[in-house]
Amino acid sequence: MQLTKEEERMLDGEYGYAVKKSMEILSALGDIYGAEKLIKVGSVQIAGVSYHNLGDAGLEYLNGLAKDGRVRVITTLNPAGMDLENWRNLGISEEFAKKQNLVIEAFRKMGIIVSCTCTPYLIGNLPRYREHIAWAESSAVTFANSVIGAMTNREGGPSALAAAFIGKTPLYGLHLEKNRIPDIHVEVNTELKKFSDWGALGYCIGKNANNRISYITGIKEASMEELKSFCASVVTYGSKPLFYIKGITPGSEKYETPKEKITITEEDIKKAYDEINDDIDTIEFVFIGCPHSSIKEISQIAQKLKGKKISPKVEFWVATPRPIKQLSDDRGYTKIIEDAGGKFACDTCVAVAPLKGRFKSLATTSAKACYYSRGHNLMKTKLGSLEQCIDAGVTGKWK
Amino acid sequence: MKGRIIFKGEVKGEALVTSQPISFYGGVDPESGILVEKGHELEGKNLKGKILVFPNGKGSTVGSYGIYRMKKNNVAPAGMINKECETIVAVGAIISEIPCVDKIDILQIKTGNTIEIKNNLVNIKK
Repeated sequence: MQLTKEEERMLDGEYGYAVKKSMEILSALGDIYGAEKLIKVGSVQIAGVSYHNLGDAGLEYLNGLAKDGRVRVITTLNPAGMDLENWRNLGISEEFAKKQNLVIEAFRKMGIIVSCTCTPYLIGNLPRYREHIAWAESSAVTFANSVIGAMTNREGGPSALAAAFIGKTPLYGLHLEKNRIPDIHVEVNTELKKFSDWGALGYCIGKNANNRISYITGIKEASMEELKSFCASVVTYGSKPLFYIKGITPGSEKYETPKEKITITEEDIKKAYDEINDDIDTIEFVFIGCPHSSIKEISQIAQKLKGKKISPKVEFWVATPRPIKQLSDDRGYTKIIEDAGGKFACDTCVAVAPLKGRFKSLATTSAKACYYSRGHNLMKTKLGSLEQCIDAGVTGKWK
Repeated sequence: MKGRIIFKGEVKGEALVTSQPISFYGGVDPESGILVEKGHELEGKNLKGKILVFPNGKGSTVGSYGIYRMKKNNVAPAGMINKECETIVAVGAIISEIPCVDKIDILQIKTGNTIEIKNNLVNIKK
């Protein structure tokens, strides 16, 4: 990869340790993937924020960079391992909180916005169509590429951080138009009846399209929230962080329908539920907000929870970015949800909080949440509609 | 054999070889260096101090930190050799300063061989 004079000086250490280390990472990646040069990015989203994932070694690494590293572009953070204010009420230990706060302090020192959300696009880190960005967090990467039409590879934690310190990323992969052409036609031959069906559809397409870019037809309508849920699922069960939905997502109008075709039927959706759902009837934990809830989703939760009581045997969490909780406070949704026995979990999520061993079973509207709760936290899972999840919260049973 | 440098360095050690990809978040215990993924060829094997030979990395983007945690806990592989190195392992090797080479025909290396990595060169001493 060709470096400019200034980039070479960065690599030689003239701009300090964090910049040198970052250039080492970016130039190595550029060489590995055959990038011609580095290009400027408009924003960065960082993953690897939970102390649960980082450990002391990760914390030490971040502290090393925080000594002289300052971000050059708007940079936001993924969820941490806990709600940064309300962690006690959510059962997080003093010891964990102390370490998590040290991680947050390191990021703050680097000049990063402590947003702690997987939906940065809901709270002010919103790229434009075709803007180059360097984002980690697979659901956000997929949303940015597919729903917004921005251009980013699926960055890892350290490479996203490196891009933030340099303000650039190597020009390869999904930053190049030639790598963004859809190569498999996915015909959805069934009606998506409820919200969680989008997660089930993501499961079907992720598993079947493998590492190819889907061109999806047969979908007439989709809300931002449904697309957000689909993005999380399709890249959890598959690996390609880019798809097109004909007539709905940007760029779909300029590509021809690929020749190779797979069809998703009602039977496939049903099978996805069968594979995601465990055979359980007792629910100990209900989690809504993977990816983090929008204000519209919170209004729906409040509407459906109004006047009900969550069972004392169930923990019921609503995860959302903190700025959205402020809107919820103002609208009175927070009070309705908390009066019913629900808890807000800002800054965190079910995939990165230290929950192993706390709950045996989970009900959720998110197919992605099921994957991580099973894998990392050893829970049995149920995927269903918001009504089903609220009912499970009230009765402690899955119907 | 001649490959491509991911992170340069010179190291010599015993090869531990697998034909399966490795996930460094969830798949390997960062405290002990033991590979814990159920059903993996190397399940139960300790990666500490080995020249770890595997086709490529897989799984979560937090994997780079997993390699770094192993290094800090003194249980990391001494070197890594890949068929095709991807971002997660590459960044893990760079930040942990573990010599790493890819574009190597890994089928020629057997577990137990003494391996010498010299920047982009890999020598097998059977």
